[in-house]
Amino acid sequence: MVLGLALAGWLSARSRAWALRADSGGRLASLPNYHGWYVGLWIFIPTVLFVFVWNAISPGLVLQSVLGSPAAEGLPAIESARLDALREARDVATGAASSTTNPDALPMIAPFSDALSQYRWIGIVLTLIIAGAAGAWSYLRVKPEFGARTRVERVIMAVLILASLVAVFSTFGILASLIFETFRFFEMVSPIDFLFGTFWSPDPMANPDNPDPTRYGAIPLFWGTLLIGAVIAMIVAIPIGMMSAIYLTQYAHPRFRAWAKPALEILAGVPTVVYGYFAALTVAPMIRDLAMSVGIANASSESALAAGIVMGVMIIPFVSSMADDSIAAVPQAMRDGSLAMGATTSETIKLVLVPAALPGIVGGVMLAISRAIGETMIVVMAASTAANLSANPLDSMTTVTVQIVAMLTGEGSFDHPATLSAFALGFVLFLVTLGLNFVALSVVKRYREAYE
Amino acid sequence: MTKIHPNLEAVDPKMNAESVSVYYGDKQAIKDVSIGIPAKYVTAFIGPSGCGKSTFLRALNRMNDTIPSARVEGQIELDGENIYSNSMDVVQLRARVGMVFQKPNPFPKSIYDNIAYGPRIHGIFEQKGDLDGIVENSLKRAGLWEEVKDRLNDPGTALSGGQQQRLCIARAIAVDPEVILMDEPCSALDPIATAKIEELIAELSGRYAIVIVTHSMQQAARVSDRTAFFHLGEIVEYGRTSDIFTNPIEQRTKDYITGRYG
Repeated sequence: MVLGLALAGWLSARSRAWALRADSGGRLASLPNYHGWYVGLWIFIPTVLFVFVWNAISPGLVLQSVLGSPAAEGLPAIESARLDALREARDVATGAASSTTNPDALPMIAPFSDALSQYRWIGIVLTLIIAGAAGAWSYLRVKPEFGARTRVERVIMAVLILASLVAVFSTFGILASLIFETFRFFEMVSPIDFLFGTFWSPDPMANPDNPDPTRYGAIPLFWGTLLIGAVIAMIVAIPIGMMSAIYLTQYAHPRFRAWAKPALEILAGVPTVVYGYFAALTVAPMIRDLAMSVGIANASSESALAAGIVMGVMIIPFVSSMADDSIAAVPQAMRDGSLAMGATTSETIKLVLVPAALPGIVGGVMLAISRAIGETMIVVMAASTAANLSANPLDSMTTVTVQIVAMLTGEGSFDHPATLSAFALGFVLFLVTLGLNFVALSVVKRYREAYE
Repeated sequence: MTKIHPNLEAVDPKMNAESVSVYYGDKQAIKDVSIGIPAKYVTAFIGPSGCGKSTFLRALNRMNDTIPSARVEGQIELDGENIYSNSMDVVQLRARVGMVFQKPNPFPKSIYDNIAYGPRIHGIFEQKGDLDGIVENSLKRAGLWEEVKDRLNDPGTALSGGQQQRLCIARAIAVDPEVILMDEPCSALDPIATAKIEELIAELSGRYAIVIVTHSMQQAARVSDRTAFFHLGEIVEYGRTSDIFTNPIEQRTKDYITGRYG
């Protein structure tokens, strides 16, 4: 309905502007279309705002009028029973429920439907009045010299600002909810026990009022995360990603590059669950068998090594495409300069291209690390849930993300410290990846400035 | 066919090109060019844009190898040895025939490391002390030493455009080449920096064979001993610079140097 009104305003204002243009025989300050948009927006925005506000306040108004009706005196005195009766009566009146068995609710249905229809009519009339007033006011401003265009532009800008603020505010919202739950957790377990304890075994069945802080030491989780995400995955991803980027930018025939680069980037599009299968079903048993065959008897089938290797494969495209972009961004003049000095291609790469592209490469690696640390599915499927503090990559290990999943899907109630610990873990993880991204982006930025 | 000025004294050429053609894909950029480049002289290539002078210059140290579609026919000799033969090591060739580019392209390293780059990759020094000496000498010969001796560890990119170009020249002479190719070395510089580079070219000419591609006829007249006029992929006329500018044989040359086109 609102849209229809706005459309009507748009059409009428546009035709009026056309008419004006024909009358004055000359030029308008803005195209007729802009006048149309101006009136249309003037109708649309205030009315939509009003509808939102009205939907928010009208249930309260309805309730008030119902409570003011004589039938309300028969309501039970107990707070909860009264609210139940009102709610059930309301559901029947709005049609959400077909009937009610609550004897207290029955007499309330009629006043409820009366009040509802009354306020619905008030709402519609108010909407029409607002739309009409806004439309008329703006319609009267359609004059040849009126600058509708700049005003419409301003509205468009405001809409764009709003859209970008959504992303910013959701970041803050996420952060705020995380912080809130984290504080609830730290009221039960001290941050020192959490951050520096070396034993992790929360018991969701324990008495929630008296948690054992020694069971909430997160060091093994952070260690597992670092070993899998930052060490093993990087040992796989950095050399392979770098070398493939160097080959693709410097040696590969353009035709080979044209299909090899997209093929490499397909890796980035594989769902991480699929990598998880690959890690759990293929790589992990292979590593265990390999370890057994060289005489390591206690190799785990859920080793940190398997998860780390597969994670490394997953982030090869990140490293490779960042390195590729930054090597390709080194000016051709640099490369020519080096070759003209009699350097070979590999000397040129080693001494000129990679150092010049290094900030971009480092930025890419950091983004990759933060991605690997936050990765969940692979480790959920391939790493274990046993929190071991061990330097042996063949041991089973767990990561922060695995424990978050385990705690949130566990059997504890929501306000149990074991469940809340997931938020504290998430918060620390968030801070770490935020810091990494921040450093990475500032490094990348500095690098861009150097060449532009 | 190239017109050789009668006054051109015969000298043993340092580099000699015999019916050289260069193609980019199917397009022929250089058509059957023959020219001798003498040692210890400055040879200028002039001509309108797109006449192939830069392409020919890049053929002289095989920089066209880096362009996949480029193909060179004919023969170019350095001291009588064909540089396009299989036995010629392109790394060695480029150490002997250095190049300075249109835009200054110092490496993103310190001033010192920029100069030391060539000596290091070619291993032409015995100890650290020798390298210091090479760096100092090269900078002195490029007339840059006084300006940068106190800040050898600053990045080369922090210098001004003219200083960067002299740094690139110093970098080229650090490996003690026999020929220096300059591809419009002043086109990105202001007049004062240009004057310094020209002065430097005059000083270096006694030591190296210098080939300079330039858009500016005045520059060619000021710095070079010999001039070759390129047009549409051919050398139209080649002779002593003074002869080319005062007494051109071909009408096309006359039109170009009097500013009718180009």
